[in-house]
Amino acid sequence: MNRRISNNIATSVFILCAVVMIATLVYLLGYILTNGFAEIDWSFLSSNSSSFQEGGGIKNQLWNSFYILMMTMLFSVPLGVLGGIYLAEYSKPGKITNVIRTSVEVLSSLPSIVVGMFGLLVFVQYMGLGYSIIAGALALTVFNLPVIVRVTEDSIRSIPLKQKNASLALGITHWHTVKTVLVPAAFPGILTGVILSAGRVFGEAAALLFTAGLSTPNLNFTNWNPFESTSPLNPFRSAETLSVHIWKVNSQGIMPDVLEIANGSAAVLIIFVLIFNLSARIIGGFIFAKISGKK
Amino acid sequence: MSNINHSSTSSSTHRLIKNKNGSVKRNELRGKVVVYSCAALIIIATIAITLFLTIKGLQSFIVNGVNVGEFLTGLTWSPSGEGDVSYGAFPFIFGSFSVTFLAALFAAPLGIGSAIFMTEIAKTWGQKVLQPVIEILVGIPSVVYGLIGLTVIVPLIREHSSGIGFSLLAGMIVVGVMILPTVTSISADALKSIPQDIKDASYGLGATRWQTIYKVILPAAMPSLATAVVLGMARAFGEALAVQMVIGNSKALPESITDQAATLTSIITLSMGHTTYGSLHNNLLWSLGLILLVMSYVFIIIIRFISSRRKV
Repeated sequence: MNRRISNNIATSVFILCAVVMIATLVYLLGYILTNGFAEIDWSFLSSNSSSFQEGGGIKNQLWNSFYILMMTMLFSVPLGVLGGIYLAEYSKPGKITNVIRTSVEVLSSLPSIVVGMFGLLVFVQYMGLGYSIIAGALALTVFNLPVIVRVTEDSIRSIPLKQKNASLALGITHWHTVKTVLVPAAFPGILTGVILSAGRVFGEAAALLFTAGLSTPNLNFTNWNPFESTSPLNPFRSAETLSVHIWKVNSQGIMPDVLEIANGSAAVLIIFVLIFNLSARIIGGFIFAKISGKK
Repeated sequence: MSNINHSSTSSSTHRLIKNKNGSVKRNELRGKVVVYSCAALIIIATIAITLFLTIKGLQSFIVNGVNVGEFLTGLTWSPSGEGDVSYGAFPFIFGSFSVTFLAALFAAPLGIGSAIFMTEIAKTWGQKVLQPVIEILVGIPSVVYGLIGLTVIVPLIREHSSGIGFSLLAGMIVVGVMILPTVTSISADALKSIPQDIKDASYGLGATRWQTIYKVILPAAMPSLATAVVLGMARAFGEALAVQMVIGNSKALPESITDQAATLTSIITLSMGHTTYGSLHNNLLWSLGLILLVMSYVFIIIIRFISSRRKV
């Protein structure tokens, strides 16, 4: 075949691949948003879900999703950032560092359902937490930890060595340099990574099925005492999140408007994930501009 | 006068340094302890997961006396029936592997093609458009993929085949789309790291872009591209809810691609909540989970093996 023709054919095939990918995204977003938007109104967002009648809402599920997200971040960000600092600053090449790197790799490649099974075994049963928000958050911590570790390590490693050496040359100790020079300089990168991972945690369902449970008790939104069983803040109650709700209504739902509820919930879920994505970019760029003095 | 002054400053500096030294050392130690214990926690978590799931997964073989060979190759799965129980998990193992390979067959060419488009054909705007597309596709939760599979792909297959729509094919398409962004972004990183010099050398010899791509770039990037595909396959193998929603969860071996099937993950998802803790059925589900755990280690070993060849 003429080499020019084959070149043109190949080019068009590659363009086609990219077009297919873009079209897939446009179709997915378009489908979810156009089908879901019609279902979203104030009463959908603010009413309780129903188990068999029409017209259930997603108030509790939405609240649970954010509560579990917040708690997961509370556990996984400090642990992950410190782990990342270890890998970037304290680790010496050798066996132990290899073991930690392998551990991070293993944790990040574990299927989320396996993480959920571990949560069921250890947090729910051995630790006796039952199906609870805290068990769900701990399982998601396992799921999120490797992401934060990697983001932190990469962000710290991308800081110019000069900056660190300047601090050390002033007689500032290593840990103080980490605290006052490296972590602030790496902050935009870490924050962007944390927000992106928040989107992933927000949409996760498989790890929560057996840890946070498939149901929510009747919540009383005027009772903010975290030790009472109907309080939304109680971390020891079971909690069905928004993504678990989508799965549950589709596989076990018997209400007549299953599809409407699923579409509406999916649209809300996607909108929040998009918000996380966008804000990660915007906040990251903004802080970078501020710190580097470019604005 | 000056003497006194001097000595007083020197003593105060001395004190300052001494004081500071003490607290600085303590601070330094505290920082080190905190950082090291977090690192230790990561190792402990990994070991705990491996250990707990392995012990729990072996229960059915040790406590219930299930035959390993029968478990891995048997074709009938009815572990909770009265009297005669059979626990052949082969249909699920087969289902998991076929979904994984079919999804990779779909995602690998498309993903690598898109990555080549990003890095070789439209270097500036291709990157600008596809990078956010990849990020958003990665971010879409798996239940949403499952929902779209359920409402779009399943009815489509139902119309064009004799089956009921829930099928291996539906699972493969949904999972293929899910791993597409993973494959694309890692492939793009791999292609970007190919030195410009060898591309220029190829163009300098008069090669067309296609000739450069398949004679120079693809061979040079092959190990990294293989890593990208294997990582995508690892993700496909462990995917649970999206697959469970579209694959039909039949316990028999599928006869064709439009037949219903089940995967390890879909059976665990479906049955874990309905079985009594400690029963044979429940223990068998943990053994299925152990297969998932072992496979994720296998994928890591494969990736290590491929990237060790890259250095040679």
